[in-house]
Amino acid sequence: MTLARALIVLILCGAVGPTPTMAERLVVSLSNNRVAVTSSFVGENLVLFGVIEPGPDRASLRSNYDLVVTMTGPSQTMRTRRKERVLGIWVNIDSREFIRVPSYLTILSNRPVDGIANADVRRRLQIGLDNFLLTQRIGPDIADTVRDDPYRVAFVRLQTLYGLYRQSSSAVTFLTPSVFRVAIPLPSNVPTGSYPIDVKLFSGGQMVARTTSTLEVIKTGVEQYVVDASRNYGLIYGAATSLMALLIGWFASVVFRKD
Amino acid sequence: VQIYLPIADLPVNIFLVLGMGLAVGFISGMFGIGGGFLMTPLLIFIGISPAVAVASVASHIAASSCTGAITYWRRRAIDVALAMMLLSAGIIGTAFGVWLFTELRALDQLDLVIGLSYVTLLSIVGALMIYESVRAELRARKGMPATLRRPGSHNWVHGLPLKMRFKRSKIYVSAIPVWGIGFIIGFIGAILGIGGGFLLVPMLIYFLRVPTATVIGTSMVLTLITMASATVMHAVTNHLVDAILALILMVGGVIGAQFGVRTGQKMRGERLRLLLGLLVFAVGMRFAYQLVVVPDDLYSIRQVTE
Repeated sequence: MTLARALIVLILCGAVGPTPTMAERLVVSLSNNRVAVTSSFVGENLVLFGVIEPGPDRASLRSNYDLVVTMTGPSQTMRTRRKERVLGIWVNIDSREFIRVPSYLTILSNRPVDGIANADVRRRLQIGLDNFLLTQRIGPDIADTVRDDPYRVAFVRLQTLYGLYRQSSSAVTFLTPSVFRVAIPLPSNVPTGSYPIDVKLFSGGQMVARTTSTLEVIKTGVEQYVVDASRNYGLIYGAATSLMALLIGWFASVVFRKD
Repeated sequence: VQIYLPIADLPVNIFLVLGMGLAVGFISGMFGIGGGFLMTPLLIFIGISPAVAVASVASHIAASSCTGAITYWRRRAIDVALAMMLLSAGIIGTAFGVWLFTELRALDQLDLVIGLSYVTLLSIVGALMIYESVRAELRARKGMPATLRRPGSHNWVHGLPLKMRFKRSKIYVSAIPVWGIGFIIGFIGAILGIGGGFLLVPMLIYFLRVPTATVIGTSMVLTLITMASATVMHAVTNHLVDAILALILMVGGVIGAQFGVRTGQKMRGERLRLLLGLLVFAVGMRFAYQLVVVPDDLYSIRQVTE
């Protein structure tokens, strides 16, 4: 009973919180809510469809909408290292730790984000890779740095290179003024876990509606079995791998025996 | 055909990996070595993280040296007593190597240590092998018999205490250098993902004067057991052994080794050692180049396990 009441209070707080009253309603649907990483997984292209509907306090829709979709992967702590020449050889000399940053991050929109909202709004709502909060451990503090911090730049650049971070201003297509389609590429090196999708609707430089969805990336079958075994039963897993090596070695010597 | 590797967390072309297994297996069969010093860099080259490569190659070497060991066992060319002595120290070396591997990974210096060790080990051993085999070749050309083993010629190793007799190899040496060699091989194997056969064979010949008849078989038994235990230890401490990757490599490796053995038997010993020396030296130089040349990217990312 108390828990239920607490929940109701929370929901109410969320509804009347700092977010503006929603004049429009967003309805989205993902082509696939669950992606299974199997032995033949080479990445996948997801499609998110959505419709903008007039909310209760607005009878008709506005004429121009902009849409920003942010999908984030499970958070990971990553270390960015920098090499420097020491006595003629290149050595990792310094590093910076990025604490609980998304392992996958894609920010998709229908046009360049600087046309959608002003810098202030973009920073507040973390629109664009430059504005996304990437917390670093700097001495005793944990904070994001300026956007042109060399470690931050290198981190974003490398993650983009691996296909894990991405910003695109052409991935969102409006099929009609109120129906849209978002193409979300999922590369093959994505980690497993839960991928929240945050859909924000803008009009006239302000956010007017927001909704969320979730994608699950899971390993199945043999892959899951192998990962579980190696994590939880290291000794048995190692022994089994060694045994497999011995059996294959023995088998080969029997098959190819000449005498 | 792409196959997804669950631990390395990336898809690879199954035929590419199988082909690498075959090629390295061929070389390992031809020269009687594990081939880890070739396989680990190749895996790193196709994008597998050095840590996963080192851990998975251990089981691949175990498979190929198992085939070799069985063949030599049938020919009674294995000195079990010597192998067991080397092994008792080898296991300790392996455990120490796995521990250091974990520490260095945490310090972000694993890649550097792997690189530097490869350069030093491979270029020195490669250069020595080239020198030695060229000398033997020249001597053979002048019509002098090539004698590797000079009975009666003792070095400082033979002055050490704790002497033991190894019947199959017909040697009488101190246990101290035997343990020392075992420890070094186990240690290097665990850190660098190599069986150490190309180091162990010359060490046994030059320091202990083990005859050529038993040296390769004995070395293979040692490689087999240290690599099998390195697999288990890497699996327990770092959870980095990719069984699927290992399986593909093993299948390719054992088949390639059979053809390698046949090719190797058709060649003269000195010629074979010269080729191996050149190969070892070339791989060493490749690593040196990588350390010295300006990297494509000064920055790199590594996931921190919490």
